[in-house]
Amino acid sequence: MWAKRLAPKKIVLSNGKSVTEKRSKLPIILTVLILAMYYAAVVTGFDIEQLIKRIGEFFTIIRQMLQPNWGYISGIWPELMSTLKMSLFGSVLGAALALPLAVFASQNIIKQKWLVATVKTCLSLVRTMPTLVTALIATYIFQLPQTAGTVAIFLFTTSYVGKLMYEAIENVEMGSFEAMEAIGMSKLSAFRTAIFPQILPNYLSTSLYSFEGNVRYAAILGYVGAGGIGRLINETIGWRDYHSLGMIIIMLVITVYLIESTSEYFRKKLV
Amino acid sequence: MSTLTAVEKQFNLAPKRRGYVWMIVLTLSGLMLWSVSELSLALDQRGMVIASNIFTGLLNPDLSFLFSLTNQGVLYLLLETLSIAFLGTIIGAILAVPLAFLSASNIVPKPVSGLTRVMLIFVRTIPSLVYGLMLIRVTGPGPFAGVLTIGVTSIGMLAKLYVDAIEDLDTKVLESMTSMGCSMFEKIRFGILPQLLALFLSVMIYRFDMNMREASILGLVGAGGIGAPLIFAMQGYRWSQVGSILIGLVFLILLIEAISNKLRAKLVNG
Repeated sequence: MWAKRLAPKKIVLSNGKSVTEKRSKLPIILTVLILAMYYAAVVTGFDIEQLIKRIGEFFTIIRQMLQPNWGYISGIWPELMSTLKMSLFGSVLGAALALPLAVFASQNIIKQKWLVATVKTCLSLVRTMPTLVTALIATYIFQLPQTAGTVAIFLFTTSYVGKLMYEAIENVEMGSFEAMEAIGMSKLSAFRTAIFPQILPNYLSTSLYSFEGNVRYAAILGYVGAGGIGRLINETIGWRDYHSLGMIIIMLVITVYLIESTSEYFRKKLV
Repeated sequence: MSTLTAVEKQFNLAPKRRGYVWMIVLTLSGLMLWSVSELSLALDQRGMVIASNIFTGLLNPDLSFLFSLTNQGVLYLLLETLSIAFLGTIIGAILAVPLAFLSASNIVPKPVSGLTRVMLIFVRTIPSLVYGLMLIRVTGPGPFAGVLTIGVTSIGMLAKLYVDAIEDLDTKVLESMTSMGCSMFEKIRFGILPQLLALFLSVMIYRFDMNMREASILGLVGAGGIGAPLIFAMQGYRWSQVGSILIGLVFLILLIEAISNKLRAKLVNG
């Protein structure tokens, strides 16, 4: 579009030939960006003076967090385990449901257009809802906070893995599937033998990846009363007990790091 | 036995991994049993009533609230959320650059890069709500705190993805530029920047997309954006207002996602 409006620059070389160079769009993009930044700063009340004057407060808190309260570990442990349980159960169940949903959302397997469109829309609606909002709604419906958190994680995992999986299924090599249908196999068994093996590594690796992410998410769900370590985070900040907060963060970092490296090891093996 | 057909031969050649699969299934079932112990499907006494209220509210959104142009309307709140995410992404993207170079093992010595990496793991794992609560002590409640929070939260992931780009730098270009007698500035401008810029931008746009979701929940801790009105409406059981906020939010997030996917595809394809 811009290429038509801005004629390319002509450069005549020393040997008489001329070459053209596309004119850069950088000035336009930069102007738009700076304008957008200016308006965003106005809307959000950005105040650099206040930031410079008071940023010290932030580092005071960090300094207190760096002297963690080691005695607090026993209090953290049960909540950490409950966070892990929530994310594990929600992820496994969500990933299990995502696969059939993904099949129904793939237009190369399901020929009913309305069904494909409905499932796709549902998946993207659920995926777009912030997990924290889903969790908050779930706390109104379920009695146990852990169940509410698990439901939120389950819904997010289903939609996330479901989306990536229908994209994978739609890009799969269809030749063998058609051949199997042609020799009289049912759709289900043709899918199982022709498409499933192609997407299996991708499916497992996506599920593991989403489990990793869910442990992080689960850590804040407690903030809205959906169980897990978020409740403690909320409490310690409320009491300004930053030493205990530091301990929670350390435990969380260790857990997330262990899970991430284990899952990364398996994901590397899969691909 | 008669001679096997070609198909049967192939079939028998398939690797037999029964034991392996069974082991995984057993481990997984064990873990599931362990994690289900704390759950129960018991509904809140008023759970079903509330659930049906939520759905009627979501299906009958408060339209005057959704389209009002005042400072309390959904449109303005969405603009505020968008601004928080945008400005925050820019701040995070700038702050992440030096950290990324400091943790690239092909640029700085190993101990420095290792130390920066550990620091980045910490920065990445602290949940955004915690940063939000800490930064409110600096700026007071409001969207400004949200901007800073998004900025700090983005650093970890942005730096990690930048590092991948930096470590994949093609150093042959730099060697040939050195042999041509290019100055340090020319090497950076024509040798390094063109390799990194497109990848960095693509990572930034991706993170902006994520930050939209992040910014929409920061209101929970009082850091501006659409989160606070959403929570107040939910705590006051005003479900039709919740419906209009969620409709606006979902629409905006899907729009941004579509634009970001387009832009990134364009950047990657050159």
